[in-house]
Amino acid sequence: MIELKNLTKQFIQKNGQSFNAVNDVNLVVPEGEICVLLGPSGCGKTTTMKMINRLIEPSSGQVLINGEDTAGIDTVTLRRNIGYVIQQIGLFPNMTIEDNIMVVPRMLGWDRKRCRERARELMSMVALDPDRFLHRYPKEMSGGQQQRIGVIRALAADAPVLLMDEPFGAVDPINREQIQNEFQLMQRQLGKTVMLVSHDIDEAIKLGDRIAVFRQGRIVQCAGADEILAKPADEFVASFVGHDRTLKRLLLVQAGDVADAQETQTATLDTPLSHAFGVMDDNDARYLAVVDREGKPLGYVQRKDAKGAEGTCADKLKPFSATSKPDENLRVVLSRLYEHNLTWMPVLDADGRYNGEVSQDYIASFLNSGKTHGRQRMALK
Amino acid sequence: METLNQTFAYIWHNLPFILGLTQQHLRLVGIAVGLAVLIGVPLGVLIVRFKSLAGIVLGLATVVLTIPAIALFGLMIPLFSLIGQGIGAVPAITAAFLYSLLPIVRNTHTALTTIDPGVREAGRGIGLTFWQRLKWVELPLAVPLIFGGIRTAVVLNIGVMAIAAIVGAGGLGTLILHGISQSDIRKLIAGAVVVSLLAVVMDQVLLRLQRVLTPKGIR
Repeated sequence: MIELKNLTKQFIQKNGQSFNAVNDVNLVVPEGEICVLLGPSGCGKTTTMKMINRLIEPSSGQVLINGEDTAGIDTVTLRRNIGYVIQQIGLFPNMTIEDNIMVVPRMLGWDRKRCRERARELMSMVALDPDRFLHRYPKEMSGGQQQRIGVIRALAADAPVLLMDEPFGAVDPINREQIQNEFQLMQRQLGKTVMLVSHDIDEAIKLGDRIAVFRQGRIVQCAGADEILAKPADEFVASFVGHDRTLKRLLLVQAGDVADAQETQTATLDTPLSHAFGVMDDNDARYLAVVDREGKPLGYVQRKDAKGAEGTCADKLKPFSATSKPDENLRVVLSRLYEHNLTWMPVLDADGRYNGEVSQDYIASFLNSGKTHGRQRMALK
Repeated sequence: METLNQTFAYIWHNLPFILGLTQQHLRLVGIAVGLAVLIGVPLGVLIVRFKSLAGIVLGLATVVLTIPAIALFGLMIPLFSLIGQGIGAVPAITAAFLYSLLPIVRNTHTALTTIDPGVREAGRGIGLTFWQRLKWVELPLAVPLIFGGIRTAVVLNIGVMAIAAIVGAGGLGTLILHGISQSDIRKLIAGAVVVSLLAVVMDQVLLRLQRVLTPKGIR
């Protein structure tokens, strides 16, 4: 856990006036979470982060790591216990990849064999062949590969805390997306406490369990990604996250969030059509899902087919052309709805049972409702 | 043309003598530059660590380099006479040592201050101390530039050492001085040519050595 208490950094400008680059910042990053410090350049986010490993000394305030005040730890010990990734990567060009990764473990006194095994293990985590790359030099690798090495170097000694200063900023967009995905997967396994500086709202949304938006040395809002997008604290946050912020939320809200809000009504094959019509009429619905005894969906009947009709639902059953899962994000869901020219589709749980439905109307009303997706690390662990 | 032939004939017939002088010449330069490396590289590191000293040290080294060789010898004769070494190898080596300091100190300083900021920040950020960064990263990366300084010093002082013959240091300058005093153009040309050749050859030899010592990752 990282705690910042009343953290302030004062610089004296050339004209002799003092200026608070970071002004009374309070922030808690719980263990195992990624907190993104987001803001335009010069907002104090990088300065804030560098005060954690004391590359910049705080003017006042405290930094606590797992409850311990870092002011009492010497900087070298402190830094060896905090992973550090920077935009410029900063691999040592005179060392092989293996030596680069193992600098910190060697300083900590790991033996040769343990270092070698650790290097191989880390390489496979970022999908780089150890036999091919460990004995190469940084200049013999692409930018994307180098940044992967930069990330695993920070993880090498298994420090519980990771600081990342625009770690994927210098990588091309295609590689960036891939490295972000790899990092996300690693984080799911490792559960590090991460502070990541970014000016990229999409990166923040993608990686951040929590986002702290900075402006002029202060945190203007600190919340989960969906909450920042749904309820920006002020005009500055709203414009920084972009005017398409509602569309950005599609990535964060899941089919389950929307479907769970609906009352689930279903029929079975032997339900009389007249009864099915009654249910639809009561709920003002235009269709009704039909499930088998185990609750698995068979298809649906339309209101116009059921109106005044004899027989059972089996007679007028229409098959589903698409379904979704509760943990699929709305972007995927909407894309599928458009792809099949549907207004709705059923949501199935892990066992394939009917678990509500998601429709274009439901999505619109959810996004408009002020509800947010908690995104409480349900995906993790 | 005839002069040239005579010069070659002279060199050919006096080869052992000339080689002896060359060896002596090289030894004098070698000792001077060797000492300058031993003092200059740590000095370069020191002024990186203590930035406030950089201006003074580099300034002094520059001033020394502007003193004409002949004046420097003139200054050193009375000074070293106090310890009975007014003429001979000591003033020659001292002069060459002083001239070597600037290129070596300055190149060391430049090499260490122009290290990629990302590399330096990463080094600090992962918990390397100043000396660890120096030993494992920054000095290895500085090898080409430091060697550039050493090569400059060697070439420069092969020339300076030719003048040192006037204070009785020996070396190839002896040949040139004989040429002047005996009005023997052959000795004059032979001395000058061998000094130049020596400079070119040594520069190449050191360049090879530099390539060998440069870490593989930055070659």
